[in-house]
Amino acid sequence: MTDTQNSAASEIELQVMWNRLQSVVDEQAQALMHTAFSPIVRESGDISAGVFDVQGRMLAQAVTGTPGHINTMAESVKYFTEYFPPDTMREGDTYLTNDPWLGSGHLNDFVLVQPSFLEGKLVGMVSCTSHLVDLGGLGMGPDGSDVYDEGLLIPPMKLIDAGKMNHTLLTLIKSNSRAPFQNEGDVYALIACCDVASDRLASMMRELKITSLDRVGQYIFDTSRRITEAAIAEVPDGTYTHTMRVDGYDFEIDMVATMTVEERKLSVDFAGSSPCSRYGINVPLNYATAYSVFGLRCIFAPEVPNNAGSLGCFEITAPEEGCILNAPRPAPVAQRHILGQIMPDLMYGCLHQAIPDRISAEGSSCMYDLPLRGGFEMNKGQDATQYAVEITHNGGTGARPGKDGLSVAAFPSGVYGAQVEITESVAPLLFRRRELRADSGGAGFYRGGLGQNIELGSRENQPITWFATVDRVKYPALGRNGGLNGAPGVLRLKHSGVTLNGKGKQEIPAGEVFDFRTPGGGGLGNPKHRPEALVAEDVRLGLVTREAAERDYGVVLTPDGQVDVEATQNLRG
Amino acid sequence: MSERKSGRLAVDIGGTFTDVALDHHGQLVTTKTLTTPARPINGVLNGIRAVIDMAEISPDRIGTIIHGTTLASNALIERKGAKTGFITTEGFRDILEIAYERRYDQYDLMIDKPEMLVRRDHCWTVTERMDADGNVVTLLLEDTVHAVVKEIQTHGIESVAVCLLHSYLNATHERRVRELLQEACPEVSVTLSSDVCPEVREYDRACTTIGNAFIKPLMASYLSELSGAIESEGLDASLFIMTSGGGMTTLKTAIQAPIRMVESGPSGGAILACQVAEQCGAKKVVAFDMGGTTAKLCLIEEYKPHRSRQFEIARAARFIKGSGLPVRIPVIEMIEIGAGGGSIARIDSLGRIAVGPDSASSDPGPVCYAKGGDKPTVTDSDLVLGYLDPDHFAEGRFRLDRDSAQAAVAEQIGAPLGFDATVAAYGISQLVDESMANAARVHAAEWGQEVAGSTLIATGGNGPLHASRIADKTDIDRIIIPRAPGVGSAIGFLSAPVSYEIIRSLYCRLSQFDAKAVSNLFTEMENEARGIVHAGAQGGELSEKRVAFMRYDGQGHELEVCVPEGPVTSETGDILRRNFEAMYLEMFGRLVPGVDIEIINWAFVAATKTTPPEKAEVPKDTRHALPTGIARVYSRPNEKMIDISTFNRADLSTGDRVLGPALVAESQTTTLVDRGFQAVIDTAGNIVMTRTGLGVLQ
Repeated sequence: MTDTQNSAASEIELQVMWNRLQSVVDEQAQALMHTAFSPIVRESGDISAGVFDVQGRMLAQAVTGTPGHINTMAESVKYFTEYFPPDTMREGDTYLTNDPWLGSGHLNDFVLVQPSFLEGKLVGMVSCTSHLVDLGGLGMGPDGSDVYDEGLLIPPMKLIDAGKMNHTLLTLIKSNSRAPFQNEGDVYALIACCDVASDRLASMMRELKITSLDRVGQYIFDTSRRITEAAIAEVPDGTYTHTMRVDGYDFEIDMVATMTVEERKLSVDFAGSSPCSRYGINVPLNYATAYSVFGLRCIFAPEVPNNAGSLGCFEITAPEEGCILNAPRPAPVAQRHILGQIMPDLMYGCLHQAIPDRISAEGSSCMYDLPLRGGFEMNKGQDATQYAVEITHNGGTGARPGKDGLSVAAFPSGVYGAQVEITESVAPLLFRRRELRADSGGAGFYRGGLGQNIELGSRENQPITWFATVDRVKYPALGRNGGLNGAPGVLRLKHSGVTLNGKGKQEIPAGEVFDFRTPGGGGLGNPKHRPEALVAEDVRLGLVTREAAERDYGVVLTPDGQVDVEATQNLRG
Repeated sequence: MSERKSGRLAVDIGGTFTDVALDHHGQLVTTKTLTTPARPINGVLNGIRAVIDMAEISPDRIGTIIHGTTLASNALIERKGAKTGFITTEGFRDILEIAYERRYDQYDLMIDKPEMLVRRDHCWTVTERMDADGNVVTLLLEDTVHAVVKEIQTHGIESVAVCLLHSYLNATHERRVRELLQEACPEVSVTLSSDVCPEVREYDRACTTIGNAFIKPLMASYLSELSGAIESEGLDASLFIMTSGGGMTTLKTAIQAPIRMVESGPSGGAILACQVAEQCGAKKVVAFDMGGTTAKLCLIEEYKPHRSRQFEIARAARFIKGSGLPVRIPVIEMIEIGAGGGSIARIDSLGRIAVGPDSASSDPGPVCYAKGGDKPTVTDSDLVLGYLDPDHFAEGRFRLDRDSAQAAVAEQIGAPLGFDATVAAYGISQLVDESMANAARVHAAEWGQEVAGSTLIATGGNGPLHASRIADKTDIDRIIIPRAPGVGSAIGFLSAPVSYEIIRSLYCRLSQFDAKAVSNLFTEMENEARGIVHAGAQGGELSEKRVAFMRYDGQGHELEVCVPEGPVTSETGDILRRNFEAMYLEMFGRLVPGVDIEIINWAFVAATKTTPPEKAEVPKDTRHALPTGIARVYSRPNEKMIDISTFNRADLSTGDRVLGPALVAESQTTTLVDRGFQAVIDTAGNIVMTRTGLGVLQ
């Protein structure tokens, strides 16, 4: 066997194994998606699955819907090995936590880890994460004053001890939730998902006649690190600091990153960022790291899968105290994704100083959620339907080097936008409009993606409660290289003209229409240089108005939509 | 049907070949002719003439012709359809552009959205609105339709798709729009969403409607012309058209709803696999069809293929889910991966061997075809490894050039990695098999299942060669290679029922089960489907099925629960709950008390009854078959080329046994019986391979 393991053909089999490990985590993820209860899992694949070596180093991770699990899972398994050292792990064990600082940034994400055995010997570990519907407390809103308000926190514990289920723990999880049976179902789905992965891992090792993952692990880590480092090495050495001002909740927030590139090493520190908020928009560092590294990995060798080798090329740090991107216990963190989703833009602000030709303009980035409730606060006798829906919409992405931004497209999150017919089927709402928002894409040589105009009201002429968690209302997505900014979000009541806030619980009165406009992405490059024919085409398609074409692009059109060459020349100079 | 007209003929037009199969009193004659893209009917007629000659019968003996084609898919892929316009409700012009607001590739910042079949300036709105109960909120303002008519005429629109919000519940506004359009511009073809896809979700319904509108004029003229051409050949046969759902339908229905033909070819392969599964008593099957460009996988349970209600067309990235336009039609659920004989191998940026999805197709084809292809492919590696006989490929029509294949594999794959041609070819082969095995496992997981322990039924020009290694990688112990695996789709058509399936949306929580509304819905669906099937049933008996797609509130996965026969009453709701809970318990092990159950869609299927195939047996007494030659192939355990026996499938008969490693050659493909497997010919002529050492056939 030793011979075959070192032959040329066995080199090929290392490649086969890498592919197989990737497939094991994909299968794991599918198994989880198939049975998960939380709508966010279904609509956005808010789950993850990974395979690890005996030292807890990540070999492969499923590509799932949200970047929030990148890094967090890899780090999480290391914490587990501190609580449960590998030499104490037994066949049939499975461990669990939802600690935001050890897991995935808020309580709703459960992380499971299971040691995998082959013929009685520990050969690796598998892990999976899923978003559970409800953990009690104040729930997913940003209004908790600390993490204890936000629900049940479970430190790393044995969920299964050598094959024996910890029913005490499961009972606690059920009794502390508004959705006990869904939680139970999700916990069992997570266990099944780990079982599948352990089984496939053993089956691969038998087929390829190996007894340890060390050799394939080394091959994966070395290859991934080498390619990723080579991509980083293309960036000029230096220190690049970028500050972004965003809306925040109780105060406007500065997100500051200082990126240092030294040959093959890239590190980022968040010193200078604003202190924590009293609301649950604070971000644990593991989660800030996840979205930062996701943004970086999109630029540096994105074809390399996530593993300890490729992720290890990026070092993210923050001051221990007074930094909203390194929220300490017990800060409230339920809505940590609002700022989390802006992290890639923060990274790109640094990188733009180093490699300006390769970086997109800022995008709307933050999801535009519509968690809407109705009927709960009615007086008895009123015939109003009770409902609670969580629907998501998005704005435009930033203009890209060589291409316009994408209109109405989620980035960096992968959450699906809701269909109007479905929303109206499950809640007594009536949408009046959902169309592209003309002129919202920042003008540029490459135009930012457009946001959308949504108008909605109650079908039953009742008030609607909205739990706002959106950003980029005060501060729009910035253009780059002379490109103009995207339009900021607009949140107003159509009839009264009243403007709503981007954060917090608010009411849309009976009879009103909520005018909800998502932001556009920033433009890239001087709009005055955008080819006239493309501007004329945008006007013809209704993406840019005639007025904006003249004002922002310096392109004048004749009444029949042709470029007025002379007038345009006068404007463009 | 009269004895005189008992011949059944099936025609499947593929990208490269047109396959024709004729069944006359159980005698099966098949042929492959080249597809004639300029006028596909020529290829069809060539094939029909050929099989009639081979069977030595008179053309008027043929009573039924079943036709499947990729023309509809190709028109969509190549954007060669009608100039199409889109009409929707005021305020919702951008249903297409907004879609699901999603990027289909998380890490690729430079992706493009799938290209729309209708441009934004050909999307118009009319003033009207229904609510989610199908009640009118705003009446249709006919002046706004007249305004759109002007636009349609100005822009020279040939076909129009109409998709108004909630029209799946109340189609009166859509129908009125059609009337007004037909009055004003009768030459323009009109497709209503409430006709082709009466389902909730405006984006999916709009895409389906537009897909139909886009190909309707083209398919209508093609099908009418085909019907005429067949008649002029002296054939007086009923023409049926295959649908993607695995049934066939009448010419008239196909012309109205051509979108249902989109995936008809591959569905034939799945039907054949179901037949073979039933013949061999294989209850859990992975059907695997590996051709020149792609491989297709379908899961079969209890002799029925997994079915789905959604399919994607016109993908921006061919093999990436979510990159195309969704079409909601009944389809046999299949996954397609870029792994065929022509798939090109390369070294990726990580220094690994990667195979596909780029393909050398049949033109220029693999390097060994010596037709100008210079990139090493799966077929080239199979040749280098010794699995293909250079002198007897494709019925000996041309000789494969082994030296060029070897050189290309050595230079482009071996050299960068420091391997010789043989090890490099082994790598290509391993990685393409790995990707197929992985796709099968992940696909099964999506359905909450696993492939281990299934039977693999392999077809296509390359399926039988790669099947045993895929079996190794998926813990499968039995493989069946049917007769004539190269023309599987056409043979599958021969056993397809006449059927029609309708799916409609009616949102309903089980706690508020509205028996009257459900009853009315089913009455409408039954009348429509029965009418269509009766037209083609030629008096045959029908089987019918009613289904509710049910799930716990908030959960993603829906179960297909049978609706009991007889009138729908309030009791039906209770039965549905019991059936759902029984199914749920079996699949997931525990129920979710206290959570309501919801139903979004309902289906009705009517189909003619088909006769199950005769059971095939693997004889108890088997005998060693006599080899006809020797091939030199690469052996991984020996790490060198070794000699193995080869056999001609045509010479093998029931009870013959072949012990692996060995090759069994036939005109359109070669079966590899790998080390650790033995093959026996069963009473139906299938090659049945099982693992040795498992006591199955010792």
